[in-house]
Amino acid sequence: MLVTLGPDQEVLHDTTSRFLDEHMPVASVRALRDDPAGFDPKYWVRGAELGWTSLLVSESAGGGSVSGNPLQDLTLIAYEFGTHAAPGPLVPVNVVAYALDTTGEAHADVLGALLAGEAIAAWGLIEPAPGDQLGMIELEIRADGDELVLNGVKRPVEAAGQADYFLVTGRTGDGLSQVLVPAGAPGITITPLESADLTRRFATVRFDSVRVPASAAVGALGGCDDQVRRQADIANVLHNAESTGAMQRSFDLTRAWVADRYSFGRSLDSYQEIKHRMADLLSWLQGSHAISDAATAAMDRDDPLAQEYVSAATAFVGEYGAELLQDCVQLHGGIGVTFEHDLHLYLRRVTVNRALYGTPAEHRRRLGSLVVAREIAK
Amino acid sequence: MSEPIESLDAFRDRTRAFIGANLRPLTAEDSYGPLRNARSEDAERLGFERDREIQRLLFDSRLAGICFPTEYGGLGYPPEYQRAFNDEIAGFEYPARLQAPTFSPCAAVLLDFGTEEQKQAHIPAILKGEEIWMQLLSEPSGGSDVAAALTSAVREGDEWVLNGSKVWTTGAWWSDWGLVLARTNWDVPKHRGLTVFLVPIRQDSITIHRIEMLNGSKEFCQEFLTDVRVPDSDRIGEVDGGWTVGTRWMFHERMLLNSPLVTVQGAGAHSDANAGALVQIAGQVGRLDDPEAHALIGEGRMRELVKLELNTRVGAAMRTGALSDQAAAIGRLFGGVTTARTYTLAFDLAGPAGAAWSEADGELRHAGSDFLMRQASSIGGGTLEMARNVISERVLGMPRERSQDKDVPFREVPRGAPSQR
Repeated sequence: MLVTLGPDQEVLHDTTSRFLDEHMPVASVRALRDDPAGFDPKYWVRGAELGWTSLLVSESAGGGSVSGNPLQDLTLIAYEFGTHAAPGPLVPVNVVAYALDTTGEAHADVLGALLAGEAIAAWGLIEPAPGDQLGMIELEIRADGDELVLNGVKRPVEAAGQADYFLVTGRTGDGLSQVLVPAGAPGITITPLESADLTRRFATVRFDSVRVPASAAVGALGGCDDQVRRQADIANVLHNAESTGAMQRSFDLTRAWVADRYSFGRSLDSYQEIKHRMADLLSWLQGSHAISDAATAAMDRDDPLAQEYVSAATAFVGEYGAELLQDCVQLHGGIGVTFEHDLHLYLRRVTVNRALYGTPAEHRRRLGSLVVAREIAK
Repeated sequence: MSEPIESLDAFRDRTRAFIGANLRPLTAEDSYGPLRNARSEDAERLGFERDREIQRLLFDSRLAGICFPTEYGGLGYPPEYQRAFNDEIAGFEYPARLQAPTFSPCAAVLLDFGTEEQKQAHIPAILKGEEIWMQLLSEPSGGSDVAAALTSAVREGDEWVLNGSKVWTTGAWWSDWGLVLARTNWDVPKHRGLTVFLVPIRQDSITIHRIEMLNGSKEFCQEFLTDVRVPDSDRIGEVDGGWTVGTRWMFHERMLLNSPLVTVQGAGAHSDANAGALVQIAGQVGRLDDPEAHALIGEGRMRELVKLELNTRVGAAMRTGALSDQAAAIGRLFGGVTTARTYTLAFDLAGPAGAAWSEADGELRHAGSDFLMRQASSIGGGTLEMARNVISERVLGMPRERSQDKDVPFREVPRGAPSQR
């Protein structure tokens, strides 16, 4: 999180932080373990009132940023989701709301319901292996008269079982298209998956000749490549902020643990090995704060290096976030791998975020390709 | 009353005109680091003579000592003038060898603790390029524990007699003066028995040995001081008060890149450990389309961006007090790890050319010896282990390491066998 926030951002951040402290202590997070939805719809409506769904959406459509830097505002919420391991479809709803808002007014009613927290949307981007690599999309969106026909499989889709709408990203010829599909449309099959996260629900969603009117398109048919890339960058920016929050919380828990725990008549934190490990972890933690915030700012100002920054942040936070969490587990010893201890709540969040919109290795490759292209263009 | 100073714009214009008339643009061959053995001794000699010449030109054009006090030949301008100068001179030759340690920490320490006579004697000469200074601080007996100095200074009337050895000085063979940290009292704990002296380097009682690094570079030196006689007027700070001077000395060293006394190149500076250099190497071995090469370049770029943003963040957090002023060690740790890793990435991209190369191989020809020298960035300027101690103890407040030299007269502190270096 930023070292210094603007006054309006302070309010935004504090409100969510206090709300989650009060309504989502870890006991409440744990209680959602077997809840089919993973969150209470009333909790989500309350969150929407605090700005969780509206920050990326233009004022004319009922949204608005508090600082003029919409993504930066939203990362303050995502960061608190990380420190609390909070439930709720934060990333899918915001990405879909952003997509609906930036591509015209055709879906104003759905957008309004998303902003109010009364409807949930899921984003179908990722596909099953072997088509699961960064940027691969095979689902077909074909025009048939004044209808669009969808054929293909999306997996994993976050909040698919809770969603009222799917934003489906598919291929039309050589280009990408996006379509807003009601979750109950004929031809859709939703099969729940197990997940590494405690409260986030994922499913496989199959589209068998699903037909929607042409007006369901979100953006131009076959012309959505840049839009889709930007949505994925936004999803990663939010995940990075959330993972950094989870890292900070776990680091603080571990710092306290090594001070309180004694072995051989000495506190753990008096051992140089432990001290040096904590120093390394602090450098990863501060590095994650720094690169995550820098990537967010680059996106908000549409910096020419924004994509490089997002991939650098996603690769770094993905790799070192998970390493930091696993090292926190190691420093806790046996208690660190129990369900009883809270560490796994944060480990789960970082783990899921690391795998979804490009692995660290994929983002290192993407970043390298961007650098090579830029150097050649010089 | 002092006269109003020129505007920042006028200063920039004057700097630009000076650069256009006097300075040559840098090329990729202008590598300033001490870690590469790229130049002959004659070329090195020409290099520092040119540095002195540029410094004199700057002085005569009223562009030297931008933030030094006017009474010692400086311009007495605020720090933004030095930053403007840094921006303008990026990409051009400049007196790189005179910046550290001459302007800081050495001249900075003179300004902090020097007598009026000492300042008048040395600061103007430094600003004219007539005196190059070095710091005689580390000793062969131990690198990180500088307060455990064994070099002794014994008083004889109005003089002090110094004996001992100092090491890891850069370019002692072309320097003129040195700041020397020496032990003047062995019967008190280590921090309380030190004194600092100003010593001319070129004298028969000082022998300079040039250390050959494993890559052939000979820029680092070791000095042997045998009955070096120093008048008491060349003592700086109090007798046995050397750690007060030393603490400030090391503060200036840590703050080097932010010091208004020092010219550092802005964004145009050439670096041998960044993603641009990795792309050059990939191009030379024909791997610009290879996804594996992209992954290595991507890792280099990731680390480069994280390092940059981490330093910005830690600097901001130190200014607001969110992090202690010891938090600069976080950047030191990350930077050291990153430089070492980047040399490894370059080496892996170079392939067999990292093992055997020719002069015609461009950036590629450094990959092998840079890899051999990789750990230097994790050792010089304070080891990463020391940085980890500072972070854990001074930033995170974890218990201090137990030491055997606290509250003990220094002569009773256990010492290892004397090392050859």
